[in-house]
Amino acid sequence: MTLMHKFLGAAATVALTAGAALADPAIIFDLGGKFDKSFNEAAYGGANRWAEETGGKFQEFELQNEAQREQALRRLAEAGSNPIVMTGFAFGSTLEQVAPDYPDTKFAIVDMVVDAPNVSSVVFTEHEGSYLVGVMAAMASKSGIVGFVGGMDIPLIRRFACGYVQGVKAQNPDATVIQNMTGTTPAAWNDQVKGAELTKAQQSQGADVVYHAAGGTGIGVLQAATDLGILGIGVDSNQNHMHPGSVLTSMTKRVDNAVYEAFSAGMEMEAGIKVMNLAAGGVGYAMDEHNAALVSDDMKAAVEAAAAGIIAGDIMVHDYMSDDSCPVE
Amino acid sequence: MDFLTILQIMDSAVRLATPLLLACLAGLFSERAGIFDIGLEGKILASAFFSAGVAALTGSVWLGLLAGVGASMVFSAIHGLASITFQGNQLISGVALNFFASGITVLVGEAWFSLGGRTPSLSGGERFSPIELPLSETIMPVPVAGPLYHDLISGHTFLVYIALIAVPASWFLLYRTRFGLRLRAVGENPAAVDTAGVSVIKLRYAAMVIAGVLCGLAGVYLATGLAAGFVKEMSAGRGYIALAALIFAKWRPWHALGATMLFGLLEAIANRYQSIDLGGIVIPVQFMQALPYILTVLILAGFGGKAIGPRAGGVPYVKER
Repeated sequence: MTLMHKFLGAAATVALTAGAALADPAIIFDLGGKFDKSFNEAAYGGANRWAEETGGKFQEFELQNEAQREQALRRLAEAGSNPIVMTGFAFGSTLEQVAPDYPDTKFAIVDMVVDAPNVSSVVFTEHEGSYLVGVMAAMASKSGIVGFVGGMDIPLIRRFACGYVQGVKAQNPDATVIQNMTGTTPAAWNDQVKGAELTKAQQSQGADVVYHAAGGTGIGVLQAATDLGILGIGVDSNQNHMHPGSVLTSMTKRVDNAVYEAFSAGMEMEAGIKVMNLAAGGVGYAMDEHNAALVSDDMKAAVEAAAAGIIAGDIMVHDYMSDDSCPVE
Repeated sequence: MDFLTILQIMDSAVRLATPLLLACLAGLFSERAGIFDIGLEGKILASAFFSAGVAALTGSVWLGLLAGVGASMVFSAIHGLASITFQGNQLISGVALNFFASGITVLVGEAWFSLGGRTPSLSGGERFSPIELPLSETIMPVPVAGPLYHDLISGHTFLVYIALIAVPASWFLLYRTRFGLRLRAVGENPAAVDTAGVSVIKLRYAAMVIAGVLCGLAGVYLATGLAAGFVKEMSAGRGYIALAALIFAKWRPWHALGATMLFGLLEAIANRYQSIDLGGIVIPVQFMQALPYILTVLILAGFGGKAIGPRAGGVPYVKER
């Protein structure tokens, strides 16, 4: 029996060291799916960029359901992947439990703060980016009514909404913002049909620019906006190319940079909170050949002024998550 | 709330109810023949994927329609094989098909398009566009009837009208033809039908074929009419809502129309208003979204009349013991 134990122990040690020696970074995508054209796809882009530049390999896992969350995380950690990056606030509570069990593994989480010595939390100031696209939306709107379609109704998405409303109101105090959330479950990240219906409902109430922060649901939002002949605003990734001439701009959230930097830092990754704000290039608005004709010089000047104001600290954009309320509706 | 707003909400309700209605009628034929069809969800999903996939590959929505209906019929045939020929458990077969659909669509989608199970966005002739009925612009100025005709009745895709025609057609088939009588009888007392010299097996397979076609149309409408392309799990529980509507309608075609329209209307209202203020009492949107299920539970609990399904439902027919 003891001999058996020794053998098993030796085998386990070999297996563990072999795993540790590999130390490939890993990434876990949240339920919206790797190819949601938005948040997760941006993360995937960052991981790919790292792989191309360094020639390294990375492990990846795409969640299919809620039950896999902890399992996937533990499996990657046990397989020796290091660091492990996960995209999405929903990993927060899981990581809080898992991280202490693997003190030698570095974790990075996007969109959530987890306080542990081996976790780097990357958060973005989405309210700043949303403020900027709000300014553009208010200027592009002829009716003075603009729309917002959120994904799952969580404080993070309300932060997008709140920043957007502030931007719209700063530009046009009389403007109306119609807000809708797709749902209250993770399925709300992937319901194109509902996204399209919400957009149609907002258009029939007079909205002529609709901003979405809804992951895969947003594909339906932008499609409906194109069909109805109004303007859409993309989110997370640059979505201007999806319907050239119908997407006013995109609120870019450089999740790709966050993943790229985490992968590049590897084992040297520092724990703590990392804020990717406008000044750091973490958020912004997308300009390219697909929306050049839609953005007037006035609009460009206004949004650049607003961006400069935020960076300089002259414009304070209220963060919904700081007090769970929004000063404007 | 003015007239135009009501029209817009009803218009949205019709769009949202159409896939439910088609799936509900599919379930109606299947269950009336004594086959529980919990696999509606899977059939919608498979049909949505194959219609969008083939439409994207060939550029023709009509080929997509054929592929979607074909996929749904294959699923129906598997269900029939398992539950009629091999006398397996119908619920298990249906659940298995649902899981199979959710896996195979993403797998094939990834192999065909490498977009993580999505299909490319469909445009132009790859999707069904709204049909403007004749004279809709001409009678627009007529008060009430004009906007009603222009906004609500006209301007839907071809499949919406098919779904609406399917209701009287189903009623006629079930209640006014010999085939319909036998089909209903097979769901109540298959032994009696067998004694009369009519094949129970053939009738049940015929019901599965009809269910396959109707459910296929629901999926096609979802992917090429309502949305422009397929995303994984895009059926989003509509198959189950259709089953709830079927119980709500007590397995009758006209009532199915009413039930699915009610569910569509509730969803449309929830889409339009985040919360409804009824003079002091605010109804949260979550309540509106849950209302179809609450209504179904109430019906099942015996309020609003008993809902009793076909007596032989779920029982495989064994000719001789």
